[in-house]
Amino acid sequence: MNLAHGAGVILAKDDLSEFGNDPWWLWLVKGVLIFVILVVLTLFNIWAERRVVARMQHRVGPNVHGPFGLLQSLADGIKLALKEDVVPKAADKVLFIIAPVISTIPAFIAFAVIPFGPVVTVPFTDIETPLQLTDMPVAVLYILAVASVGIYGIVLAGWSSGSTYALLGGLRSSAQMISYEVAMGLAFVAVFLYAGSMSTSEIVAAQERLWFGLILIPSFLIYIAAMVGETNRAPFDLPEAEGELVGGFHTEYSSLKFALFFLAEYVNMVTVGALATTLFLGGWMAPWPLSLWDGANQGYLPLLWFLGKTMLFIFFFIWLRGTLPRMRYDQFMKLGWKVLIPVALLWTVAVATIRAITLDEGIDRRYIIGAALVAVLVFLALSFVGEKATEEEPEEEPEFDAFAGGYPVPPMPGQQLPVLTSVTGSTGTSAGAGDTDDGGAPVSEEDRGA
Amino acid sequence: MSAVEVLFALLGLVAVGSALLVVTTARLVHAALWLVVTLGALAGCYLLLAAEFVAWVQVLIYVGAVVVLLLFALMLTRAPTAAEAGTVTANRPLAAGLAVLVAAALVSSLVAGFRDVRIDLDDSVVGSAETTGEALFTSWVLPFEVLSVLLLAALVGAIVLSRSTRGGGR
Amino acid sequence: MLLLFPLVVSALLFSIGVYGVLARRNAVLVLMGVELMLNAVNLNLVAFDTYLRDVVHSGQVLTLFVIAVAAAELGLGLAIVLMIFRSHQHIDIDRLRELSDSDAADEAIARDHQIWTGVAGGER
Repeated sequence: MNLAHGAGVILAKDDLSEFGNDPWWLWLVKGVLIFVILVVLTLFNIWAERRVVARMQHRVGPNVHGPFGLLQSLADGIKLALKEDVVPKAADKVLFIIAPVISTIPAFIAFAVIPFGPVVTVPFTDIETPLQLTDMPVAVLYILAVASVGIYGIVLAGWSSGSTYALLGGLRSSAQMISYEVAMGLAFVAVFLYAGSMSTSEIVAAQERLWFGLILIPSFLIYIAAMVGETNRAPFDLPEAEGELVGGFHTEYSSLKFALFFLAEYVNMVTVGALATTLFLGGWMAPWPLSLWDGANQGYLPLLWFLGKTMLFIFFFIWLRGTLPRMRYDQFMKLGWKVLIPVALLWTVAVATIRAITLDEGIDRRYIIGAALVAVLVFLALSFVGEKATEEEPEEEPEFDAFAGGYPVPPMPGQQLPVLTSVTGSTGTSAGAGDTDDGGAPVSEEDRGA
Repeated sequence: MSAVEVLFALLGLVAVGSALLVVTTARLVHAALWLVVTLGALAGCYLLLAAEFVAWVQVLIYVGAVVVLLLFALMLTRAPTAAEAGTVTANRPLAAGLAVLVAAALVSSLVAGFRDVRIDLDDSVVGSAETTGEALFTSWVLPFEVLSVLLLAALVGAIVLSRSTRGGGR
Repeated sequence: MLLLFPLVVSALLFSIGVYGVLARRNAVLVLMGVELMLNAVNLNLVAFDTYLRDVVHSGQVLTLFVIAVAAAELGLGLAIVLMIFRSHQHIDIDRLRELSDSDAADEAIARDHQIWTGVAGGER
């Protein structure tokens, strides 16, 4: 009780009184503007991605349609819309059509609580309004909840296609998004603790002095890793791994429905980038040298800072895609569950402790930070030691069974093909290999009978 | 009837209707999706009852994680895209009778007990993150900790279960 | 708002959940019935919390607890269901009779085993 009261004194109470006073037409204008901005950004981002990746690979990229090839994605969009719309015979028709819609809508509505700028005056009127559609005391929770609804689009697309590739891609993708959502949510907790609020406008206001990305570096790094995993982007784009799964969950999709998935992916990129900007990079606040000028944070100018920071994240996404190879799925899951989540948990506990102590008595911060650093280092050292121990394990594993589960399978790392062992054993012929197989089979059958 | 009442009645209808579809549809994956509709409608009901935090947690945990897990289980146990025959047991009439009995008993006793009782919904009762969090971490902190131990136990249990299958299969 | 609205919705949801648990054969669908019943209880808790203007918010807090417990229950339940699927190749609750004591059940198990070992033999 004591602590809660103490926090109440120091942290500002949620003051969302500026929201919800707009006339209806302003709501409409804001909503339509957000929609238009997101769609135009998508077109621009697709073009930017192709150009930047091309530069990174010493190519030119699309440069024919419009100035610098800017109209290329528009042309691609029109081409996609005019293509034949194929619905597979084995598909569950209704869900097959609904799935892309389910995945697109949450991507857009998450943007309702993202603050684009401070309170401004609408041109030609004297109405004052914040540059944000709406806000609520649990806005970030709302974004997480909406993002989790978007997973359905992918699961359902995978399942309703009635195709194995799509099903596997859908399962992979949703498992990935659920796992990384946990790390993402944990990364937010430290921000909530420092801002004392879950409303996005309050969080931006709390960063007036110092961006959270600078004091909560671990949270920021965890969020960056989680946001790439969450949006299914390279190097974590396993659901769309062409070599294994063709197109993943959208293998069977064509024409406009495919375009909707594409749109959802790029809008999601903008959404997580905007969220990172809001929570860690001070939202629409001007960056340091500019923030010395008072006018930088007034009027419509902050819109520029906000979009600039968001585009920085988009460039980061593109950069990752241009440079890193795709991860293996098990390594990826290991990273999520065994590294990101434990580190995030530990960091959350550390931040909560520091916050409680500073709010209560105010011990010298350096000691706390030093202790936390030591704890993190010890943890990291321990986790690396543990890693080595598990890597040695496969040597103790039983002999390689070439027909485990009834299908011919390749050997795992550390295992040897039985044929090779018989050859290197010099006495063995191909019959030797057969022997080991026969030896293996009855045992497994007995196991199943029991 | 006030606007809130009309809205609540509609959401309740959606919840009950889709819940009926959950237990009757022959397509397994559709059952999970109707469950999503039910849970979403319930989240709307919580919002109307001024429990904002609970509503969003409901969407985040139930819709975002629990039903996705159910979908996983359905897909891993090879749910077909087509409708499946024989999704109900032989004691279906008995089950239906029992359910109707339960409904009749509950509804009649509730009507008898709370016929004219009204909930006063004004701004003073807002289940925001702040009030719920304060209650959770002051009055309910011990149950909260016990719950975390339970979750840990469930986590360990699930891992043990899925590991032992792999070991036994060899 | 009448308190009866949430209470009746919750009562109906609960009885639908009862039907689902009793009538469904697929284990995952039975779990869905359980979820319906838990949610009915949650609605009741929230409604009474608001009605009683509870200072310590016991209703809402308990709802959060129920949501967490439901997640734990489902995680374990689905792990068990998947194990059953791996060992039996089905999750039909009516056909899971290993623990019953009647002759008919023994015969059913014997039949299942015959089918299963036959399939296993054919694979090799």
